[in-house]
Amino acid sequence: MVLELGRIPIEAIEWGAKTLIEGTVLHINRQELLERARQGDSRITGVQVDIARPGESVRIIPVKDVVEPRVKVQGKGGIFPGLVSGVETVGTGRTHVLQGCSVVTAGQVVGFQEGMIDMTGPGARYTSFSRLLNVVLVVDVQEGISRHDHEEALRLAGLRAAAYLGEAGRHVDPARVERFEVRRLLEAKPPATDLPRVAYVYMLLSQGLLHDTYLYGRDVKMLLPTLILPTEVMDGAIVSGNCVSACDKNTTYHHQNNPIIQELMARDGIDLQYVGTVVTNANVTLRDKMRSSEYAVKLLEMLGADGAVLSKEGFGNPDADAMMTCSKLEERGIRTVLLTDEFAGIDGASQSLADTTPRADAVVSVGNANEQIILPPMGKVIGDIRVIEKMAGGQSGCLVEGEIRAELQVVMGATNELGFETLYARGE
Amino acid sequence: MAKEIERAGIPAVHICSIVPISRTVGANRIVPAIAIPHPLGDPTRTRDEEKTLRRALVEKALRALETKIDEQTVF
Amino acid sequence: MGKKLKAIHYLNQFFGQIGGEDKADVEPLVKAGPIGPGVLFQELFGGEVEITATVICGDNYFGEHMDDAAEAVLAIIEGYRPDVVVAGPAFNAGRYGMACGAVCAAVAKRLGIPVVTGMFPENPGVESYRKDVTIVETKATTAGMRDAAQLMTRLALKLARKESLGAPGEEGYLPRGIRRNTFASETGAARAVAMLLRKLKGEDYVTEYPMPVFDRVAPLPPVERMYEITLALITSGGIVPKGNPDRVESSSATKYGKYNIGGLKRLSPESHETAHGGYDPTYANEDPHRVLPLDVVRDLEQEGAIGKLYPYYYATVGNGTSVARAREFAREIAKDLVRDGVGAVLISST
Repeated sequence: MVLELGRIPIEAIEWGAKTLIEGTVLHINRQELLERARQGDSRITGVQVDIARPGESVRIIPVKDVVEPRVKVQGKGGIFPGLVSGVETVGTGRTHVLQGCSVVTAGQVVGFQEGMIDMTGPGARYTSFSRLLNVVLVVDVQEGISRHDHEEALRLAGLRAAAYLGEAGRHVDPARVERFEVRRLLEAKPPATDLPRVAYVYMLLSQGLLHDTYLYGRDVKMLLPTLILPTEVMDGAIVSGNCVSACDKNTTYHHQNNPIIQELMARDGIDLQYVGTVVTNANVTLRDKMRSSEYAVKLLEMLGADGAVLSKEGFGNPDADAMMTCSKLEERGIRTVLLTDEFAGIDGASQSLADTTPRADAVVSVGNANEQIILPPMGKVIGDIRVIEKMAGGQSGCLVEGEIRAELQVVMGATNELGFETLYARGE
Repeated sequence: MAKEIERAGIPAVHICSIVPISRTVGANRIVPAIAIPHPLGDPTRTRDEEKTLRRALVEKALRALETKIDEQTVF
Repeated sequence: MGKKLKAIHYLNQFFGQIGGEDKADVEPLVKAGPIGPGVLFQELFGGEVEITATVICGDNYFGEHMDDAAEAVLAIIEGYRPDVVVAGPAFNAGRYGMACGAVCAAVAKRLGIPVVTGMFPENPGVESYRKDVTIVETKATTAGMRDAAQLMTRLALKLARKESLGAPGEEGYLPRGIRRNTFASETGAARAVAMLLRKLKGEDYVTEYPMPVFDRVAPLPPVERMYEITLALITSGGIVPKGNPDRVESSSATKYGKYNIGGLKRLSPESHETAHGGYDPTYANEDPHRVLPLDVVRDLEQEGAIGKLYPYYYATVGNGTSVARAREFAREIAKDLVRDGVGAVLISST
C-alpha cells in the first residue's frame, strides 16, 4: 500500500481571473472561492476572504481551524472523506499538496476557545501558521443558530475551500514526490528484523459538540479505538471540529501533517518498525475513558508493539485518558513516550497536569501554555480583536490599545501535542 | 480544592466525573458523577428523572460525609 | 570592551572579616571593594566585572531583624546600581543561608537586579528561597569554596550580561521548581521518537517532565449530625449568574465568584450559566443544576436532612487553572467557611 505525496511549493498568492498555479504562484478567483466555500449553506450569511502573508503586520482572530489544500489525483476516494468527499478508503495512490499555504477559518467566535495567529512579531515565533500564506475566510452565520450548527458550517466551509484550492494542483507537476509505503503487518511471516516494533497511539479529543474530531466524517465520540493507515491521515481522514484551547488543539492542518507519523515513517526500517497507528478518543465519562484505553492497549498488544508514542489533545481531563493509557501500556510491557503540554501557571510554579502516574516516566513537554506573552499591536486585524478578552488564555483588560497581554494559550498550535513545534518547558 | 478545605478542618466531599484526577489531586471523599458536561444530570432523560438521579448523587455525597474513612475513598 | 559591569557582594560577619560568633549582632555595613572570599571572586571575574563594594551583616542581627536588615541592605545596594548581586556562598550555615536568600530575593524582586548565591542543598535557605533566587549547589563546608566561586562567578557574569541561563543540571544551580518555556533544536515529535528509541534500547534518557508527587491531607472524621450543620456548595464548573458579572475567565481563572443564593430556591437558564471554557456548555446552560445541584439541596434542607444551606456558593473554573491558584482560592474560601461555622462542603466538578 503506497501513497505518493506530490509537494507543490506555493510562494505567493494573488487574486486572479482563474484559480490556477503558475510556477510557485497560486492565483485565486476570489468570487469562485467564496461561492465554493459557501456552497449554498443557508446557515452562512456571508463570507469574506483575505490573505495574510508571513511578515505582514496582520493579526487573525478568532481562528477556528487551519486546513491545508490537497487534492487526490490517483487512487481511491477524495480528500476529507466523509465530509466533502465520499467514504471510500483513502491513503493510496497519489495526493498533491499545496505546500506553504493554508485556509484559515475565522469570523464570529463559536466557543470560548478559538485562537489567534500573528503574521509577524513575537507571537509569530510560536506557531508554524505564521509562516504560511493564509487564505482567511471570515464567515458570518445566521443569528441565533446553535453553536453546533455554527461550528459545522465553519468546518465544512473551510474544508470545501481547501479542497477547491487543492484542485488547482491536480495537473501540476510537483517539485518533490515523497513515497510512503505501508507494509502489510499482519502477514503470516513478518520480515525478519530485530528492530523494535513501535506503534502510535493517536488520541483525538471527543468531548462534546464543540470539542470534537471527525474520522471519515464520523464523530469519534462513539469510536472504539481502531487502526488507521498513516497515509489515510495524510489524505484528510481526520478532521478537527474543535473549539478547545487554541494552543493545544490539533487543527486539521496538524492532522494532515502529523509530525509523529512523518517521523515514524521516516525511521521505519532504519531504526524501528512502524507497526501501526491506533486512533482512540478522549470522552467525558470515566467509563468511556477506561473502555477506550483498554481497547487501544489491546490493539497494541495485537500489533506486538514493543514501544509506543502516545499523543494528546487538550488538557485537564484528557490528562486522565493519557495517564490511564500510558499506565496500562507500561503495565503490559509496552515502553511508552507521552507528549503533553503543561499548565504550570503564569509563573511556572504550579503542577503542570491534572492527572499523573509514576509510570509516565518518559514525557516530552511541548511547553507551558500559561506562560504570559506580550503581543504588540498589528497594523491590521482580520476578524474581531475584542474577543481576546473572552478567549481561553485571555482575560478582561488584557487588550490595551491593540497590545495583548495574554497566556501563550491563545496562540494557535503553540503547544501542539503532536509535537509540531520545537517549544518545550524545562525545570529551572 | 477538597483537600484544602479539609486542611482547614471542614469535611468535604468531591462529586466529580473523572475520579482519577480527583484521586491525584488528593480529595478524600470522592463520589463519581455522570459526565463532564453534566456531572449531576443526564440530558437523555426527562427533567424529573434527572432530578431523581441528581438527588441520589447528592444523598450519596452526604452519606460519604457521614462515613468514617482512613484513606482516599471512592463511594 | 564596554563599560565594566558592577557587582555587589553580600557576606556575613565571619566571611566579611568582622569577627566570629561574638560579632554576629553587627548591623549592616558596607566596605569598598572585595573582602574575604570576594578576592577569589574578583580574580575569577577577571576584568569584565568589578566588585565595587561588599555589604556585611551579622547573622544573628539579620535573623532577628529580618525585615529591617533586608531593608537596610537593600538601601545600600540600591545606591550602587550594580549589574548583579552575589551573596555567600553560605554552604550549610543555616542563618547565613537564610540571610543570603532574603537579600537576594529582595534585590531580585524589588530592584529587578539579577542575583546569585550558593548553598548546600540541605541549607534551610534553599527550601525558603529556591523559587525566587538562583542558588548554586555547594559542598557543606568551606572546602567547596573554589568550586562554588567558579560556578557563582560564571552565572553572575552571564546574568550581568543579561544572558539567559541553561538548565540547572548544566549550570550547576539548584532547580527553582519552576517551568519555563524555551525552544529546542528539534520538534516535540522528533524528540519523542528519539526518546522512545533510547528507552527501548535501555539507554539513558531524560524525561522532560518528571511526574510530581502530590501531598495528602489525612481524611477528617465524619460529620455526625448532618441535620444540624450548615452545608456549603462549591463548584469548579463555572456556574455564575447570567452575564458573568465578575467576569470569571473561561480558562486559567484568576478569580472565583461568591454568589448569594440566600433567597434562591432554583437556578434557571435565565438566572445562571457556565463560564467554563473547557467543556461543552450546552447542558449546563440548559439546566445549571446539572453542575450545581441547588434544587435537590434545597429540598434536602426543607426535609431536614441537612441543617441549612450556606447562603452563598462559590464558583471557580477548573479549566487550565493551575493547581497553585486553585489552592489559593480554596484557602480564601475556607477562611469564609470556617468563620461562618460551615460544617461540611459539597464540591461539584465537571
